Amino acid sequence: MGAPAALQACPSSLDNRISIWSVGDLGNVGLNGEYQGEPQLLCDIRHNGDVMDMQFLDQERIVVASSTGNVTIFRHHQNNQTLSANQRWEKAHYHVDRDASCGGAACTGVICSNPEIVTVGEDGRINLFRADQKDAVRTIDNADSSTLHAVTFLRTTEILTVNSIGQLKIWDLRQQRNEPSQIFSLTGDRVPLHCVDRHPNQQHIVATGGQDGMLSIWDIRQGTMPVSLLNAHEAEMWEVHFHPSNPDHLFTCSEDGSLWHWDTSTSVSEKPSFLHQGGRSTTYFSHNTINQSVVSAWLSNDPTKDRMEITNLIPNQTLSVNSLDILGPCLVYGTDAEAIYVNRHLFA
Amino acid sequence: RARPDPRSSCVFVVRKDQDIYIQTLRKLFNESHGIFIGLQRSEEEFAGKSRKTQLVQVSKNYRSVIRACMEDMHQAAVSARDPALHSQYSTQVSILSAMELIWNLCEILFVEAAVAGPLLLRLLDWVRLHVCDVDNMVREVLSSENPSKHELFWNVVDVFVLQGRMDEARHLLSKEASANPTSVNMCRILDDLMKKMPVPSLGNTQTLTEMELKWQHWHEECQRYLQDGTFASNSHMESICKILLGDENAILEKKELMTTWYHFLVTRLLYSHPTVKPMELRFYAQSSMDLFLGGESSPEPLDTILMAAFEFELHQVIKECSIALSNWWFVAHLTDLLDHCKLLQSHNLYFGSNMREFLLLEYASGLFSHYSLWQLGVDYFDHCPEYGRVYLELHIERIPLNTEQKALKVLRICEQRQMHEQVRSICKIMAMKALRNNRLGSALSWSIRAKDAAFATLISDRFLKDYCEKGCFSDLDLIDNLGPSMLLSDRLTFLGKYREFHRLYGEKRFSEAAKLLLMLMTAHIAPCSFWMTLLTDALPLLEQKEVIFSAEQTYELMRCLEDLTAGKSDKQKFQDDDVETMKVEMLRLALARNLARVIVKEGTLEGS
Repeated sequence: MGAPAALQACPSSLDNRISIWSVGDLGNVGLNGEYQGEPQLLCDIRHNGDVMDMQFLDQERIVVASSTGNVTIFRHHQNNQTLSANQRWEKAHYHVDRDASCGGAACTGVICSNPEIVTVGEDGRINLFRADQKDAVRTIDNADSSTLHAVTFLRTTEILTVNSIGQLKIWDLRQQRNEPSQIFSLTGDRVPLHCVDRHPNQQHIVATGGQDGMLSIWDIRQGTMPVSLLNAHEAEMWEVHFHPSNPDHLFTCSEDGSLWHWDTSTSVSEKPSFLHQGGRSTTYFSHNTINQSVVSAWLSNDPTKDRMEITNLIPNQTLSVNSLDILGPCLVYGTDAEAIYVNRHLFA
Repeated sequence: RARPDPRSSCVFVVRKDQDIYIQTLRKLFNESHGIFIGLQRSEEEFAGKSRKTQLVQVSKNYRSVIRACMEDMHQAAVSARDPALHSQYSTQVSILSAMELIWNLCEILFVEAAVAGPLLLRLLDWVRLHVCDVDNMVREVLSSENPSKHELFWNVVDVFVLQGRMDEARHLLSKEASANPTSVNMCRILDDLMKKMPVPSLGNTQTLTEMELKWQHWHEECQRYLQDGTFASNSHMESICKILLGDENAILEKKELMTTWYHFLVTRLLYSHPTVKPMELRFYAQSSMDLFLGGESSPEPLDTILMAAFEFELHQVIKECSIALSNWWFVAHLTDLLDHCKLLQSHNLYFGSNMREFLLLEYASGLFSHYSLWQLGVDYFDHCPEYGRVYLELHIERIPLNTEQKALKVLRICEQRQMHEQVRSICKIMAMKALRNNRLGSALSWSIRAKDAAFATLISDRFLKDYCEKGCFSDLDLIDNLGPSMLLSDRLTFLGKYREFHRLYGEKRFSEAAKLLLMLMTAHIAPCSFWMTLLTDALPLLEQKEVIFSAEQTYELMRCLEDLTAGKSDKQKFQDDDVETMKVEMLRLALARNLARVIVKEGTLEGS
């Protein structure tokens, strides 16, 4: 398997498949001498329902959220390149009558922290599962009166959810009560929020994306309103991701067909002078030690001091970009034109 | 077909034609969609030559997508273990191959509109690309140890000559010359003739007349050698010389090496009329087909289509393709491209729209029956000026919405095109679904999106009903955080304010709570049906140790109560049970007591 194996899912109802692709290493020629740039399909498996979200649980297992309300763990057997369904929670999300044939509700988001798995769905329910445990560890019924669109971990025992009435909620899973410990919301219209991500190093910084394409940055230590609102896309923002090792970079993708790269690494505020680069930042390196002593560029809201570079990475946009993921210098995204794109030289 | 017999009942199994949506064809649809959009968006600022170059590039892009799909389909056919699947894939490969053949010819004749001279070169390329039945034989001979001794050696030389691949033919001839000393002289002469053969040039290096002149001289030279009997001792070389002279019979003898009449046509042209003009093609085409088929077999659909192309009958080409092919993809995209080349007169068809639009509408409508390809269809409708919008409006409402995300995508498409009716209708459907599943927050979110005040009122009534039944609010996270969306409907505003009242009461901010409560009634925000409940809510405030309601406010409350009871008819009063009457009595008592206290309080001067 080449470095980073990209995941792809075809979102369609009859022949949905989960597939694993290999994106070859630089300089390697593929097995049959074909283009080392083309992703190669390694294996795939049928999936029941649309794939709403998925995440790697560990090196071999993937958790997949389905529009039927099922949550499935698939195992990738690397020795013979096959996929098999390892475990399934049937109708983890459902409306009213679980046993009705159409009683399932779409599971809209899944997040993993091995061995724990948290899922949210259109039924406003939050489930906490543990891999290899048959029953849910905890279920919060009616956690939300509207649809929960996405979930992510804030700390090991706390999660963040966003819903379709524009609220960002923190849930403390240690506590037994079924109420969020904090609720944040935007002022103005209750625009639904579709995605959420937390800064990898500074856990109080959270980014959310809304139905109007707006990117909001929140500081959850203070206040109930976002620190900054950035007018971004022209339609729903489907996913937002901080770069895991280079968190001055943020990526968002939208129904309007664009994928934006937000780069605050050239921001001149607060950084010690020895970190200033001559021109654009061209290398990626871990900011781990640096960030702790520096106020994150995401929270500064002085437009004169900070220069944020925003680039649209898609030259000829047509249909929606539904999903993206980043690892190191590699960016993967999928569009409604049933195509996956791999960019392996993100910071070149 | 059996006539329906009233005594027996039949169940018909209807199966969708799976042919169109095989996995690999989806790639064709998706990629060609991108090319289509690019073409529509490309500015017409380029005129003349650069526009033509641009259009030719678009045509080549379409063809390369067809070829890519052919490749994938071929791979799938090879790896398919199920024989039915294998044959299905193989059929698709031949269909795609035919499509590419036709498209390529159309590109040469219509898009590029090659003129006399380059026309022949393009046709030669076309033939070389598409007649591949002989490739195996060629490979076999070339890779053998002693090609000139191979039994198929002369066949391969013939193939090269027939396809105008002179250099390769000469290369093989040299092998024959070195292997067979007796024929060295003949080989040298033939080689020389081949080398000197004039071909049309692509650039402007020579005019047609110059070329024709040179060709005439060369032709005469070949003639001389033949008549002198130079090649008499070697029948193969003699026949090659005859071919060079354009002898129809000699060329026809090599029928199996050409396999098709259009190959025959191009070879004929190469050796008898290389400066053929586009408009002259039709005569040669017809006679070539007649000679080649020789009355043994009748033309197939593919032959008819190609013939129509050679005859420059565009509409005929499109019509025949529509009949022959099972889906609209090919004709829709080809016609659109030809329309951009300004080749189609916009004569209207019977139902008002022109040919291009008709085909695009048919193609896009087909896409809408697919659970995922419908999104492509939207863009095609967008580029049909007459009926595109109407078709879109009708189709978009019928897309099954099994997840909220899909509904959001559909809504976004409608909103971008100001299709307000459809937005309202879809939001209503989603809101009703949510309501039935008891997801009141989701239902509200959908009403806000559609700015549907009526539905928001419906949802608020549900909340209020729940409150009256259970005595407490459900989904507080929603009601407490309504924000400006509260203003969407009066009932919703009431709900928000009523909840605020409860909150104020809970925080013991009694005077604010009292003011709010009164305002809800006097400003008529509260529905009349709820007034009794509100007045009952006022009771604990009236009974407080401290006086909360002022005299003014108490008078207001009393007026409200009287309005409420006066409004009831005598019959209703009779039907009111004891609880109701007691409530009213208690209220009257409490109000009177409060009034008394407050008059005293307000009338009292503060002690000095």
